[in-house]
Amino acid sequence: MTTEPEVLLDVEGVEVHFPIKRGVFFDKTVGYVYAVDGMTLQIHRGETYGLVGESGCGKSTFGRALLRLEEPTAGSVTFGGVDVSTLKGEALRTTRRHMQMVFQDPLSSLDPRQTVESLLLEGMQAHGLAKDKKAAGARLRELLAAVGLPAAALRKYPHEFSGGQRQRIGIARALSVDPQLIVADEPVSALDVSVQAQVINLLEDVQEKFGLTYLVIAHDLAVVRHISDRVGVMYLGSLVEEADSDDLYATPLHPYTRALMSAVPIPDPLVEDRREQIILAGDLPSPANPPSGCRFHTRCPWRQEERCDTERPQLRVVEIDGVPASHRVACHFAEQIQSGEIQRHEVDPVAIDPSAATDVEAADAEVVPTQTFTVP
Amino acid sequence: MTTAAPAKTETLLAVRDLVVEFGGRGRPTFRAVDGVSFDVRPGQTVGLVGESGCGKSVTSLAIMGLLPKRGNKVAGSATYDGTDLLTLDDREMRDHRGRDIAMIFQDPLSSLNPVVSIGVQVAEVLQRHRGMKKSTAIAESRDLLDQVGIPDPARRLKEYPHQLSGGMRQRALIAMALACKPRLLIADEPTTALDVTIQAQILNLLKELVVDSGTALIMITHDLGVVAGLCDEVNVLYGGRIVETASRHEVFARPRHPYTTGLLGSIPRLDGSRSEQLAAIPGSVADNIPWTSGCAFAPRCSRALEVCRSEAPPLEQDPTAMEEHTLRCHNPNPAEGGEPA
Ligand SMILES: Nc1ncnc2c1ncn2[C@@H]1O[C@H](COP(=O)(O)OP(=O)(O)O)[C@@H](O)[C@H]1O
Ligand SMILES: Nc1ncnc2c1ncn2[C@@H]1O[C@H](COP(=O)(O)OP(=O)(O)O)[C@@H](O)[C@H]1O
Ligand code: SF4
Ligand SMILES: [Mg+2]
Ligand SMILES: [Mg+2]
Repeated sequence: MTTEPEVLLDVEGVEVHFPIKRGVFFDKTVGYVYAVDGMTLQIHRGETYGLVGESGCGKSTFGRALLRLEEPTAGSVTFGGVDVSTLKGEALRTTRRHMQMVFQDPLSSLDPRQTVESLLLEGMQAHGLAKDKKAAGARLRELLAAVGLPAAALRKYPHEFSGGQRQRIGIARALSVDPQLIVADEPVSALDVSVQAQVINLLEDVQEKFGLTYLVIAHDLAVVRHISDRVGVMYLGSLVEEADSDDLYATPLHPYTRALMSAVPIPDPLVEDRREQIILAGDLPSPANPPSGCRFHTRCPWRQEERCDTERPQLRVVEIDGVPASHRVACHFAEQIQSGEIQRHEVDPVAIDPSAATDVEAADAEVVPTQTFTVP
Repeated sequence: MTTAAPAKTETLLAVRDLVVEFGGRGRPTFRAVDGVSFDVRPGQTVGLVGESGCGKSVTSLAIMGLLPKRGNKVAGSATYDGTDLLTLDDREMRDHRGRDIAMIFQDPLSSLNPVVSIGVQVAEVLQRHRGMKKSTAIAESRDLLDQVGIPDPARRLKEYPHQLSGGMRQRALIAMALACKPRLLIADEPTTALDVTIQAQILNLLKELVVDSGTALIMITHDLGVVAGLCDEVNVLYGGRIVETASRHEVFARPRHPYTTGLLGSIPRLDGSRSEQLAAIPGSVADNIPWTSGCAFAPRCSRALEVCRSEAPPLEQDPTAMEEHTLRCHNPNPAEGGEPA
């Protein structure tokens, strides 16, 4: 008998559209950057959900939107049964305590004049977890031990640490307020491979120790696959495929996932020499001007005349032998591609001008940056 | 000047005992490159691989004469086609650069002039190094952009670097490098800043280039996956020294240096088992000891012996190897498998 896994985070139709403003006073909205454009997913308590996709596809914006560090322009986020989208003030702060973020370089955004001790205490104090000085001190030492740093690190400053150690401090900081969910945005991508492995192992260790749920965001599919129970593949603002980590690797169904997988170099010449690569043509389209229909149709080697450029495919369960219902894909022709009925063809590459934000004459258009916050 | 010993096949570039020291003016000297030697033959792709700070970029900059004018000392030799590049003056070196040796970098923006159109920049190389007239050079530029897979090249010629995506910029830079039909191309992390599907495009382009034109390639990367697919010969660097050298198949089938195996164990493989923990290398390069007092890797090495902290291991041929395979280690991993793949 299997029990239904408990849904900790329920995300429904989340969108984050950034306005592109123009005019002397930047008062005219001439378009939008469709950074996140319809994300629906559920994360179960205790699991690691990996979100993978190339830069600019909206991963970080999505992660920030979950914690309302970025206001979603549509959709809902429910955390532990509480609708986060409507929370305000104290209630939002309390909920955020249970959802912490770990960044690529977690200390770069922090005050360099603060010691590690005060950096770690900050969050605990904000949430009233450091009232008893002695208990707080003991907790700090416990945290450092958990992330593999000596107690002496408490009196040091961020710049005195190497990249890997700084990430350990970032993880300790996230753990300090005893969260349930950690959103880790590219937690190892700034690190050298040998150190990357240490941090990946550490993330796995503390997950077990503290019973954490993870959303790990990364552009490196090999890292995501290694660390995640389930993986969602994102392309231009939404999921194109979602599956258990091993299923995704065994049977990638979406053309983009297939291309992504075939492009990841594997440190083994025997594998490299006989791999079939799917080289995508051209650049990633701009999220300010996403293609119609299937967002991948401009680069898709399996694109069909009908439907692909007119109808946006939704994530759906496919009817393919051996593919479980937990494996969903947003492609109109997944079954025919898998069976070989539809074959790959050439694609004309399109280059994208990154300086032109929209189709509108964009010479003086400017993307208005939204405010940034640090997690309280 | 010619090199004494005749090589197996002709050698295009022979780097010998390259040392680069930074410092002086009161600051302690620091050896970024500490006796690096390797050969490059025509049409061959040679990899320099290692983590950040191990001396990959400094090695290539020294060969290209591109190190800062002050504050460093270069020793050793880099013999290209009979000439030691390290002895050339600025003008002679500039003549070589662009004519028969070209280099591309991780960040193409830093090598492109932001206020000059792509077409004019490629054409300038053709005018300077191949003596073309401006009109011919512009036409040829168009062909070159086309050749490196830039769509709609006639339009792209008129555009400026910021109007191209990262991948397209790297292609433009490769077009500029190709403009002078170089015999040697040095690529320093050319795909590190790019997304993996774009990386695959660029690596493919480089592969074609090597096959079609016989250009030799020095590929500098931190990514063993890139090395596995691209390089004929692999040099693994640690702390400014080469610690292991062998052919691509040999290195991956029979890695014998603990640092090489450590790196391999650290990488989550897309096709690997998920249940196993990664075999991380403890510590970081900050823990290194200087080569003057032992093996720089000893403090992080799981196989370190006492001698490792007192004596630097020499670079020696692996006696168990069936081919050229050198390593710098007092206590290498046991030879596995025997037969190289
Ligand atoms: N504050 C912002 N204002 C306007 N556009 C933004 C903002 N933040 C991100 N974007 C844009 O949204 C898109 C998605 O960005 P991001 O979420 O950072 O992607 P990823 O993390 O996948 O690389 C990009 O095109 C980016 O330029
Ligand atoms: N101009 C410089 N002055 C002083 N030190 C330098 C300079 N350039 C590089 N270094 C140092 O030399 C070492 C090797 O650097 P580099 O070759 O850039 O490493 P990588 O292998 O990452 O390319 C590093 O420790 C770096 O800090
Ligand atoms: S829907 Fe069409 S364009 Fe999109 S991935 Fe499937 S086949 Fe390709
Ligand atoms: Mg991001
Ligand atoms: Mg470098």
